[in-house]
Amino acid sequence: MDRDMIEVKDLAYEYIRRDEEGNVESINRAIDNVSFTIKKGDFVAILGANGSGKSTMAKHINAILYPTEGSVWVNGLSTADEKNVWDIRQTAGMVFQNPDNQIIATVVEEDVGFGPENLGVPTDEIWERVEKSLKAVGMLEYRSQSPNKLSGGQKQRVAIAGIMAMKPQCIVLDEPTAMLDPNGRKEVIETVRELNKKEKVTVLLITHHMDEVIYADKVIVMNQGKVVMEGTPREIFTKVDEIKKYRLDVPQVTELAFELKKAGLNLRDGILTIDELVQSLLEHNAR
Amino acid sequence: MQIIFDHINYVYGSGTAYERHALKDINLQIQKGEFIGLIGHTGSGKSTLVQHMNGLVKATSGHIYFNGEDIYAPDYKLRDLRSKVGLVFQYPEHQLFETTVFKDVIFGPNNLGIDKLEAELRAYEALKMVGISDELLDASPFELSGGQKRRVAIAGVLAMKPEVLILDEPTAGLDPRGRDEILEQIKKLHEDSKITIILVTHSMEDIAIYADRIFVMNHGELVINQPTKEVFARYKELEQMQLAAPQVTYVMNALKENGIPVPTDVTTVMEARDEILKAFQNNK
Amino acid sequence: MVLIMIRDITIGQYYPTNSILHRLDPRVKLVGTLLFIISLFLFHSFLGYIAVTIFLFSIIKLSKVPFRYIVRGMKAIIILLLFTVFFNLFLTPGDLIFQWGIIKISKEGLISAGFMAIRLTYLILGSSLMTFTTTPNQLTDGLEKLLRPLRHIKVPVHEIAMMMSIALRFIPILLEETDKIMKAQMARGADFESGGIVKRAKSLIPLLVPLFVSAFRRANDLAMAMEARCYRGGDGRTKMKPLKYSGKDFIGYLILLVYLAAIISSRILENAIF
Repeated sequence: MDRDMIEVKDLAYEYIRRDEEGNVESINRAIDNVSFTIKKGDFVAILGANGSGKSTMAKHINAILYPTEGSVWVNGLSTADEKNVWDIRQTAGMVFQNPDNQIIATVVEEDVGFGPENLGVPTDEIWERVEKSLKAVGMLEYRSQSPNKLSGGQKQRVAIAGIMAMKPQCIVLDEPTAMLDPNGRKEVIETVRELNKKEKVTVLLITHHMDEVIYADKVIVMNQGKVVMEGTPREIFTKVDEIKKYRLDVPQVTELAFELKKAGLNLRDGILTIDELVQSLLEHNAR
Repeated sequence: MQIIFDHINYVYGSGTAYERHALKDINLQIQKGEFIGLIGHTGSGKSTLVQHMNGLVKATSGHIYFNGEDIYAPDYKLRDLRSKVGLVFQYPEHQLFETTVFKDVIFGPNNLGIDKLEAELRAYEALKMVGISDELLDASPFELSGGQKRRVAIAGVLAMKPEVLILDEPTAGLDPRGRDEILEQIKKLHEDSKITIILVTHSMEDIAIYADRIFVMNHGELVINQPTKEVFARYKELEQMQLAAPQVTYVMNALKENGIPVPTDVTTVMEARDEILKAFQNNK
Repeated sequence: MVLIMIRDITIGQYYPTNSILHRLDPRVKLVGTLLFIISLFLFHSFLGYIAVTIFLFSIIKLSKVPFRYIVRGMKAIIILLLFTVFFNLFLTPGDLIFQWGIIKISKEGLISAGFMAIRLTYLILGSSLMTFTTTPNQLTDGLEKLLRPLRHIKVPVHEIAMMMSIALRFIPILLEETDKIMKAQMARGADFESGGIVKRAKSLIPLLVPLFVSAFRRANDLAMAMEARCYRGGDGRTKMKPLKYSGKDFIGYLILLVYLAAIISSRILENAIF
């Protein structure tokens, strides 16, 4: 049987703030008793407001942080074991929020090659991987350009290519669209969906934008360090009041459907897109 | 008229390989107390446009009048203009530098040469306006949360008591609740102090709720200048410019096309709900 | 908007074209430039100047970089040039050929000033040629490879090279950020222009503090991103674009050797003659 890509068991993470003399000032339990699994090939989203612990959670997956309590297993390797660190990071690549602050080289193709260089991949193979990855994210024609000339969305795609070139099994994206305009956001999410479908890469998307997760296989909602909701996008978004309680929002159409249902209209559950709402309203009208 | 742009052009890098005509023949008028939304694709000239309003950037040709005075007149003091037209940049928390929150907010009034007591009062009021509690006044700005830092930065501009407040993407990077809170605060400011607001944003939903009028920039030109509802009625044109109307606008248009008599100039969820219910009632 | 343009320009004045000089291994160019600069101070006679001039202008021709582009870089040091000429012209003792009041110009002064001017000009031209024909990345790669032996005496060559290339990558970004912060503070009435030295230095605090904070934040983010991509120092790393000598590079070294020989023999010759 195929093991899970990621398994998080009773995870807790505390960070301790110390004052100038080294005495403990406060203890913040950023992750509180969290458990979930992610199957290989899935597209899973972790949704949460700022301060919910979602970014902290992401950093546990590639062993930037390690558990205070509980355990995190990536492809069967425990993140608490130091000797696993580099294998885990190659298995679970991570794309960060700020497009500029994760691009190291002054030429696009060189930046994509940075990961393979670190892994000791032979020169010829590095070139193969760079080309393949840039093609997979649709940025091959920009290979000789300076990253400074790219838009935010393009930079993030280059960052994703840089991770793909390391041949990971899973990509974790920590709020990759937070600093992008709507077009950039679309670009990045579409690229990630393609990679998930075509290359079968497991995707873990951390975000607070609802419209980005409507095609996910599973959505996990975090609040104050705990997992408070878990299910398919439709299951989650139907519970509009609960979502709002956690400082999150739903797509406008989902909210409209919710309001109409409250007012008595019998619409189907889990409406997420414009088309679905229009369909449902027309059906209702026809009755 | 509070602000008038008369045939404003802005070209930078003249004569080099990087020459760009960033603003092309912009003409606009803004009345005191209006709530304007400014939208446009990335690179359309939105930020350049607003930086002309407080004199940070000088136009290549054309005139700008603030309260009837030509700001390019030789004896016009641009520094005064900057105290009357406040500009909050994107990610304003990146400009915080002082050792305490209070000191950072009072930086603006101090630069204007206002007397100490008045400056302190303004700083205190501004912080109250953005909802920063007293106990944070002596804290270092770098210890605050992202949302708090942003509000402190906005307070820093409010403390100058501007007549016009321009905010460039004030919700960038905030989570949904943070976004709502800041926008509500801006709306409250608008209602309480009658300050003119210019909101530069990418979010159509936000602008639909709050703005009276919308300016649409496209490749350096001001292509649309109309009240909110009329702008979103032109949603097909907006799509051509890489912009989108709020989702509800699309819903209403689709319903209308399928024979349900609903108005298509709806831009908010509640309006949509009411109109749809009405249409369905009438059908019974 | 000058800063908007800087975003598009790579640092250093790399002029992209396809000359043989551009295709040389950066190590040859680094060594060559160093040798050239040293050679400028190894001779005093006319013979030496001829040799240097022939060499320099042949290289300029080979580089295919337009002359006006090269000359533009000279504008920056015009002042230094004038200064040096001035000093040599008026303060060198010797056979007077011109006098007006206390201003004395000697024959030696004239010759010395002239030669100094030429030396300086050639120095700038020579080193500029290196930056015109070599990208900053190639330069850091070349330096890293050249200085590798120093590892054995614990010099962190790889780390230094990595720092240099990261600095190059972020200079345009930091410049743009400086512009942004400056504008944001100006929007709050900050004045960076008026006042005496002390006042102006103080007025830089609202600019420098946010800049430093931002730089640290970037450094932190970048370190995390590098670790996430399995960076763990120079050991075990392979290179995507490794530097390998080819035929033309050996010819390049040969020509440098010949040039050096020419200079040294001109020195020997002049010692014999004068």
